[in-house]
Amino acid sequence: MTGTLLKIEGLTKAYPGVVANDQVSFEINEGETHALLGENGAGKSTLVKMIYGLVKPDSGTMQMHGTPFTPAEPRAARAAGVAMVFQHFSLFDALNVAENIALGMENPPAMRDLAEKIRTVSEAYGLPLDPFRTVGDLSAGERQRVEIIRCLLQDPKLLIMDEPTSVLTPQEVEILFETLRKLTAEGVAILYISHKLEEIRALCDAATILRLGKNVGTCVPAETSARDMAELMVGSELQTPKSAGAALGEVVLDIAGLSMPSPSAFGTALRNIHLRLRAGEVLGIGGVAGNGQDELLLALSGEQRCAASAIKFKGAPIGQLSPNARRALGLLTAPEERLGHAAAPNMSLTENALLTGNLRKKLSQNGFLNWSKARNFASEIIEKFDVRTPGPDNAARSLSGGNLQKFVIGREVLQEPEVLVVNQPTWGVDASAAAAIRQAILDLAAGGTAVIVISQDLDELMEVADNFAALNEGRLTEVRPTQGLTIEEIGLMMGGAHGMEVAHV
Amino acid sequence: MFKLEKRPQPSQAFAYLTPILAIVATMIAGGLLFMMLGKNPFESIRTIFWDPLFGEFAFYYRPQLLVKGGPLILIAIGLSLGFRAGIWNIGAEGQYIVGAICGAGVGLAFYPLEAWFIFPLMIIAGAFGGWVWAMIPALLKVRFQTNEILVSLMLVYVAEQLLASMSLGLLKNPDGHGFPGSRNLKDYPSAFNDEVITGSGMHWGVVAAFIAVIFAYILLNRHMLGFSIRLTGEAPRAARFASVNPTRLILFCLGMSGALAGLAGLFEVAGPAGQISIDFNTGYGFTAIIVAFLGRLHPVGILFAGLLMALTYIGGEIAQANLGLPAAAIQLFQGMLLFFLLAVDLLTNYRIKRISKEAV
Amino acid sequence: MDLSAINPALLLASLLVAATPILLAGIGELVVERAGVLNLGVEGMMITGAICGFMATIVTGTPLLGFIFAALGGAGLAFLFALLTQYTLANQVASGLALTLFGLGLSSLLGQDYVGLKPPSTPQLDIPVLSDLPFLGTVLFSHDLMVYFGIGLVAAVWAVLKYTRAGLVLRAVGENHEAAHALGYKVVRIRVLAILFGGACAGLGGAYISLVRVPQWTEGMTAGAGWIALALVVFASWKPWRVLLGAWLFGGVTVLQLNFQAAGVAIPVEYLSMSPYIITIVVLVIMSADKSRAPASLGRIFHASS
Repeated sequence: MTGTLLKIEGLTKAYPGVVANDQVSFEINEGETHALLGENGAGKSTLVKMIYGLVKPDSGTMQMHGTPFTPAEPRAARAAGVAMVFQHFSLFDALNVAENIALGMENPPAMRDLAEKIRTVSEAYGLPLDPFRTVGDLSAGERQRVEIIRCLLQDPKLLIMDEPTSVLTPQEVEILFETLRKLTAEGVAILYISHKLEEIRALCDAATILRLGKNVGTCVPAETSARDMAELMVGSELQTPKSAGAALGEVVLDIAGLSMPSPSAFGTALRNIHLRLRAGEVLGIGGVAGNGQDELLLALSGEQRCAASAIKFKGAPIGQLSPNARRALGLLTAPEERLGHAAAPNMSLTENALLTGNLRKKLSQNGFLNWSKARNFASEIIEKFDVRTPGPDNAARSLSGGNLQKFVIGREVLQEPEVLVVNQPTWGVDASAAAAIRQAILDLAAGGTAVIVISQDLDELMEVADNFAALNEGRLTEVRPTQGLTIEEIGLMMGGAHGMEVAHV
Repeated sequence: MFKLEKRPQPSQAFAYLTPILAIVATMIAGGLLFMMLGKNPFESIRTIFWDPLFGEFAFYYRPQLLVKGGPLILIAIGLSLGFRAGIWNIGAEGQYIVGAICGAGVGLAFYPLEAWFIFPLMIIAGAFGGWVWAMIPALLKVRFQTNEILVSLMLVYVAEQLLASMSLGLLKNPDGHGFPGSRNLKDYPSAFNDEVITGSGMHWGVVAAFIAVIFAYILLNRHMLGFSIRLTGEAPRAARFASVNPTRLILFCLGMSGALAGLAGLFEVAGPAGQISIDFNTGYGFTAIIVAFLGRLHPVGILFAGLLMALTYIGGEIAQANLGLPAAAIQLFQGMLLFFLLAVDLLTNYRIKRISKEAV
Repeated sequence: MDLSAINPALLLASLLVAATPILLAGIGELVVERAGVLNLGVEGMMITGAICGFMATIVTGTPLLGFIFAALGGAGLAFLFALLTQYTLANQVASGLALTLFGLGLSSLLGQDYVGLKPPSTPQLDIPVLSDLPFLGTVLFSHDLMVYFGIGLVAAVWAVLKYTRAGLVLRAVGENHEAAHALGYKVVRIRVLAILFGGACAGLGGAYISLVRVPQWTEGMTAGAGWIALALVVFASWKPWRVLLGAWLFGGVTVLQLNFQAAGVAIPVEYLSMSPYIITIVVLVIMSADKSRAPASLGRIFHASS
């Protein structure tokens, strides 16, 4: 149980303009749960991709059981006993569970035998799954089970889990941890990647902390305070946004009985949603990914229409209005997907400023564009929101995730909305950009704007929101004040554990 | 070993350079092809690209450049609007035919009346014919999500049969001694698409092509509708987020490209071709696809690409007459040009990096 | 007008023959599209196959060799498409169109000395006993090898896609190429192989037109069959057996209108000749209502960025 399984020394990988990993070294023992801790962009993903054979290191060595380990491709890594559960699942929506699992195995048995094996293993680890269901119809938690069982069927020695809890309710997290503890008891090592400190303290035996690609320290999480780990991870004190606590005004947005089918084949339909939003209020909407968050944003932005009176803006029905008609009234939105939805990747920042700003910033006359005005608007966003870019003529795709997100949020904030809806405002964004974005949201609310923040980051919602509600299978819970909510209550609002049970240890 | 690396943003320099690279590569590959056919490659290339412009009989060929380039540019401008938005009208050949049939039909209906309004009416009918033919895939796509590529293409074959039927039936010249084909509009002054400046090759269709270039340039660079078209092609979801109505865009792009192709057909039948006949269409609608891409879907680029493609047509004819180069070789040559263009286009968005052996 | 001249047995038999070119090309394109690639160059590959097969048959005197060369020719042209779309990451729609234009030019250049020649006929596989059966013998059992090969190919593609690991991997690549790459599958290699297979099938289909159906060489003789094969795949909702059904339907329409023409039905020839294309459009419209999905990665460009 104590032998060294994987030893990593001086791993370095550089991409143009950024060193993703710089001389990273650490060891993982058999049966150990080892945390890889770091902010978004600290180089965690690149590191595990090297272990899994997806990326080749520029220099440095890896040893498995004392022998050199240089996987040329994932197949080789799997053969050596490395299995990985991806953050963005590598699943095939149109195929069924058994087919998905077969694709991840070297020598899968015949389908019928495989299905039987899936049933056995999934029961044993408390992760029940029907092998013949189409994966696209599964919830996020169930999809993760598919990935985990795919790994378990290969008898892995090392299981890599990349941000596994971001798609789970707190109850589901508990069940997952039980499963993982059972695995380590059997001698499997787990490399657990996360930026959530409490989870790591609860689960992991050792932790390696990365910052900007460098190994900045190791610790035993159970003996280290969350605060100390956070300081190692972030490197400097962060300013935490504070709610100005202004009095709430009139009801500006009134959603009553909003139901809408999902535009995508494997999406979630919205079912009878009710909520009232008042001027100056920040409403946090939590929930596990894929429970109707994207659909709610589409319904509010006007990209998908619903019954006219299902959404009322200051008493006027707007459910049938186009995105621009809603913008004219003062209802602005910022979708989750930055590249391709909120912004066009190959177009310049000026053109992207025009994308939503045309109407309220009067960037065109009779349809004819005023490019200098649009350029000035883009420059204003860049300046006021500290977007790091050479200038407004650069393509959106040349910006880092955090900078583009600041641009997207800034574009809406500077249009002085009466209601702003944002989905996952800080997803994949570095800590300082995230803090700036949260502060902008709070400032906006202090000025009397009503804001809806849809997010899977519960800490973020607790920090900015006055009130909280959760989406669960397309339904919205009742809205409750954030003050005094416990994590258990939130978990139950998010739907508890979706048909899971604790592992039979 | 080489590796592709995505550029942080599209390279401006390569956007201008790639068409030239493609032309050079095509000349080399074409030269090899002509050599295999037993011709002198240098002489062949010179005959195709140099002689029509600066050779002994250039005075005769130069006007032909406009005559052949006009319809190509007119059609390609229309196609480029749709291609920019990811709407693939590849049935311009059919819209070209129907435009010609409608326009010529209106003109012939007035025969032998001479009046000033006949030619303008024919222009409207030509554009309308092309528009209607393009509205079929447009409406089917909007209403039933039917694939516009396949429908617009099937309609080319339908239009060709319609053309045959018209030349043998409804529009057949009653004084034609039973030969297929309509009356020749060259002998009907009110319906004839004459040269604006005699001897220049500049007929009204060429004027229309130049107007279309300017119109498309303003639309794409200065107008919200053009911005919507570009946005839809770049990022369809972002376009919906920006309040672009996809239905209206499909109807506009297909309708516009159909109308322009119909116009091209009308100007051709009323001018250079002169009559509706079974073999009236010569593939301008398909060559215009190459022109649109060669011009990088940019109006000014298309202007140059159209003239270049016209040059290969004329040069090809000279090479056919003087060197005995088969007509198909020129067709192949044009196809190659599109191939090379698509291949080198990679350089606009990607960098090719050498990676050393050790790192592999 | 004499409709009684139409013999139902011969009509059904010629339906099978008329369906074979688009069946071969269609099943090939189905495999390509299931791998997530949209190759609009079927027409170009068919006509290239038609001339390659024709030339090889004239030169060697053996239709079988002709078909082999047709498959090679189609695959060769498809390789150009694979280079463009898989290695230089060109737009698949534009590349497919380029392939068609190129194929039409190439074939008429290659075929200019072959116009008007007559190839040796492809032997009928008159199956003993069975072919002597009344009616059924004529309809089903007195065809050339390629008719049966086409049907066999449909069965083989169906079985491979449904039951084998290779089929599963192919479908996975077509559904989600990023995920397939993350699992370590060679997306580009698998797609190139699928494209080559599609090209070979289209080549066979083209050669069937020039060697059996017509049989002679004329420029542009495929006359849109490649596009009908593409429509067939949409019609079939990417399911192999439905390609067979669709091919028979289109084959039936073609044969019927030719018989009407021959029987002197009072509809002008041009309008009868239009009918296969119009029916293709009508069927496409009807099938658009069927929301069974196309492969999710169809037509998307794959570039392994990391």
